[in-house]
Amino acid sequence: MPKANVTFEKLGVTISVPAGTRLIEISEKVGASITYGCREGECGTCIMKIVSGMEYMSERSVLEDKVLQENMAGRDQRLACQAQVLGGDIVVKA
Amino acid sequence: MKTMPDATEIAPGIHWVGALDPALREFDIILRTANGTTYNSYCVRGEHGVAVIDTVKASHADEFFARLEQVARYDEITTIVLNHLEPDHSGALPELMRRAPQAKLYISAKAQLMLKALVQTDTLAFEVVQTGDAVDLGGRTLRFYSTPFLHWPDTQCTLAAEDGILFSGDAFGCHFCDARLFNDRVGDFRFSFEYYYQHIMRPFREHVLEALDLLAPLPLRVIAPAHGPVLRDAPQSYMQRYRQLAAPLLPNEIGAGTRSLLVFYISSYGNTARMAQAVAEGAESEAGVRVSLYDLQSSAGLPFVDLIEEADALAIGSPTINGDAVKPVWDLLSSLAVIKVCDKLGAAFGSYGWSGEAINMIEDRLRGLKLRVPIKGVRARLIPTEEELARCRDLGKQLAQHLTGNLERRVISMSELLAQESSHA
Repeated sequence: MPKANVTFEKLGVTISVPAGTRLIEISEKVGASITYGCREGECGTCIMKIVSGMEYMSERSVLEDKVLQENMAGRDQRLACQAQVLGGDIVVKA
Repeated sequence: MKTMPDATEIAPGIHWVGALDPALREFDIILRTANGTTYNSYCVRGEHGVAVIDTVKASHADEFFARLEQVARYDEITTIVLNHLEPDHSGALPELMRRAPQAKLYISAKAQLMLKALVQTDTLAFEVVQTGDAVDLGGRTLRFYSTPFLHWPDTQCTLAAEDGILFSGDAFGCHFCDARLFNDRVGDFRFSFEYYYQHIMRPFREHVLEALDLLAPLPLRVIAPAHGPVLRDAPQSYMQRYRQLAAPLLPNEIGAGTRSLLVFYISSYGNTARMAQAVAEGAESEAGVRVSLYDLQSSAGLPFVDLIEEADALAIGSPTINGDAVKPVWDLLSSLAVIKVCDKLGAAFGSYGWSGEAINMIEDRLRGLKLRVPIKGVRARLIPTEEELARCRDLGKQLAQHLTGNLERRVISMSELLAQESSHA
């Protein structure tokens, strides 16, 4: 199964995960301080910054894009509950 | 003492038109006040336009409109500014916009979503402003200053530039109701000013300092906040006080390179206490970390929150009693809402009799407060074994290494994480 390495920059840990895993699932397990609310891509609570490796993330869905825009998120931000890692090396600010 | 003032002149053509709420004793459930509060709104008249800065709580709208009508007609109002959208300032907005439909509303970018949720209509026209933007009222200019997180994401200040009057929103405000309105006339409100800062602004002290850097150079004659007295006597002194209040409460004792770990515990039979001691020992073995150990028993009222504000990491030990962490632990954790704890490190440990839920509960709470909890906590059934105490020492050491940056970096697999989790479940 394809793997992705996700590094939580502030936490200083790198996790190897199966492709398709959502960021929120990883952050929960690793103890990163990403808070979440609805887990359904609506509330915008779990907005997080992707430091590098955005090209290895799933495309934004229409819903995620709408919520990110409403929250004036930058191009480097994603909803942890929606964004899936697809492979490669990804660094997140958490 | 006059109890119901008319619209009150602050400068020629600039009036306070707010509302008094002298009967209020608890504000927003969480704040106490000994004599109520005021919802300050201001009316600024220019040569070709009239602006209303902030409104009042809906329950006090009649009082506000009565004062506003003393100094302006609704058809003269061209501009409405909301420095902050909490309901105590936006409550009368829908009615004001109904009465003055030609007026343009100015809010901060972050206020947009709140406006939609508060007014519950998509049809309200507004313009987003930030630092550098201005509105010309004719001979009077309103300049906007973005001051986010004083104390909501949306907060901003508005300056009547020619007059040097800063409408500061909740910043520099307090819950103090006195119809004499001005700081040189009202009773002693110092404790209310300090209390308001400690409960409303303190969690955002970095933002307070940024805002002070932005606002302090302005040639101010008056600070006109959204609650409490209008500060026309020595307004700069209130900025200086904010700067003092935003500084650490305790003098710094350790060098800049030294990190601080606080270990809190409470223990029924000494088991969790032994674990706490082991966590502290492990952390102390790492140079550059100052470790402090505190027993939460009989500690109610001690200012641990001040210590935690300055610390880099917290480790909390609690026994599990009836499936829960014990009350002094929750009391400590619930006291942290008034400070910034985001990004500090956290950890939990404790002894238990038959289930041991407290550790996970504390970890969840720490994560909920946005602390990072990088190391799985240690649980020990009743008396900790040597192996469990060694794990406690390792927990302390790893926490300390996270603080000093001396942690060995390696890639952990998700399955390893899941296995760790199930072994602790």
